[in-house]
Amino acid sequence: MTKKLTGDNIFKVLAAVMAASAAVILIINAYILITGSTLILQQEGINFLIGKNWNPVIGRESFGVLPFVMGTLVTSSIALLIGVPLSLGIAIFLVEMAPKAVKVPISYLVELLAAVPSVIFGLWGLFILRFWVQNYVETPLNTYLGWFPLFSGTPLGLDFFTAGIILAIMIIPTVASVSREVLTAVPDSIREGAYSIGATKWEVIRHWVLSYGRSGIFGAVILGLGRAVGETMAVTMVIGNAPNAMPTSLFSPGQTLPSLIANGFLEAPTPLEKSAYIGAGLVLLLISLIINIVAHVMVTRVLKVKGGAVE
Amino acid sequence: MSNLEEKMSSVNLNAWFGQKQVLKDISMSIKAHTVTAIIGPSGCGKSTFIRTLNRMHELVPGARMSGQILLDGTDIYGNEVDPVRVRRRVGMVFQKPNPFPTMSIYDNVAAGLRLTGTKKGKNLDKVVRTSLEQATLWDEVKDDLKKPGTSISGGQQQRLCIARAIALQPEVILMDEPCSALDPIATAKIEELVVQLKENYTVVIVTHNMQQAGRVSDYTAFMYLGQLIEFGDTTTVFENPKSELTEKYITGKFG
Repeated sequence: MTKKLTGDNIFKVLAAVMAASAAVILIINAYILITGSTLILQQEGINFLIGKNWNPVIGRESFGVLPFVMGTLVTSSIALLIGVPLSLGIAIFLVEMAPKAVKVPISYLVELLAAVPSVIFGLWGLFILRFWVQNYVETPLNTYLGWFPLFSGTPLGLDFFTAGIILAIMIIPTVASVSREVLTAVPDSIREGAYSIGATKWEVIRHWVLSYGRSGIFGAVILGLGRAVGETMAVTMVIGNAPNAMPTSLFSPGQTLPSLIANGFLEAPTPLEKSAYIGAGLVLLLISLIINIVAHVMVTRVLKVKGGAVE
Repeated sequence: MSNLEEKMSSVNLNAWFGQKQVLKDISMSIKAHTVTAIIGPSGCGKSTFIRTLNRMHELVPGARMSGQILLDGTDIYGNEVDPVRVRRRVGMVFQKPNPFPTMSIYDNVAAGLRLTGTKKGKNLDKVVRTSLEQATLWDEVKDDLKKPGTSISGGQQQRLCIARAIALQPEVILMDEPCSALDPIATAKIEELVVQLKENYTVVIVTHNMQQAGRVSDYTAFMYLGQLIEFGDTTTVFENPKSELTEKYITGKFG
């Protein structure tokens, strides 16, 4: 019996190749980042990670990415602080309260928010939001609470804070949609049980629904964090792009890892500087990978126990 | 038995899901410290009926009702009545055991009391223990109170749900086919428990198992297509039914 290469088999092979290509692309990416950054890592050693000075001027070269790692963490934290409560509110409203006629259009609109290209968020941030933030948030906070280091400096609206707000808006679709899925997966039998012992709607949500979905919600938050960490265009447009700015005040301009790379890579004249940008990319990839793996584990764990009460 | 005090009653009760009417003009009286069984084929409205007794029916989107449900003579659908208070007085056990999976056995029983503001301490420990004892579960779980409520067997889970209801010291306990997901041994235990419960509580149990109705109940209501066809003391309904439909159902000619 000879095995014929039928259409089915061809398709099987093709599909397998396509599936494998995703993994291959990730591996190639990582490989290029690692080999590309060997030069800078040999030159700077651990100083690349903990150094605070990024100076590409020939003869005085020094490459430390710490300010940009910090900038990334600060803007992402602002994004989570603002974006997560909003997203949770949206998810809770959609799953627990909204009548069907409202639920469908709002879910759709929230997801459409994810379809807005980030450069448009950047434009809006640069031309409109920046002035709102400067006039109505930063200036009052600076005037009355300027003694507090986070609110010190001269608010110009192009800074960590504005970048964080833009990121908050950009993570809402991710966090809200995944949280909505997680809350939908909470079995009704749990809600019924809680109502039957005299819980109010608020108590059912707080003590049962959110508690049952907590690790899934945590996963949703981490997915949002992943998005915030990697976002480049919108952040580059509103963060002010100040070199070597360790974030000391929220109202000072700075950079994140992605904005550093986007701003500098094309103009890098020396192999060492080029390698430094690739190294910054490697650090960013590692941060994103860790965040995404954690999120994935958390979310699948919840969706698996969905079935619930009876063994 | 007819001189017993009335605990709950429904007066001209109608209920709908959207456009579909599922209960038609049901008037029925439930006596204190008795077990009332509600039997009938699937879809006859028996589950909907008991869900109107503790205002769980209204939680389903599109659900409506008209008529009255009286608890000790007061309409529980009155404007000034808080459904949360009704549900504390009229507890419920569901078809599928649904202990709270994120809570320990202890916390499952204590959950209702914590909502009313009873904090930790001896008092709570005591209520948890008596509730589990009344649900005949204490001896089986007393060493595992910290384990998740879902870690025990299905029959034990259902008794845990009964303990959860008892902990609030309700006056009435509603049971919606509590044995349909259980094996015969677990079922026998629950049935035994139901009979014991009427000493302290009034029990209404929905079942599609007529033998079960015969074994545990004092009164039986037979429902068909949303209507109450026959209601009376269990012996009469089973041995000498007034309606031909009831007789046919009881003798297994349909359903």
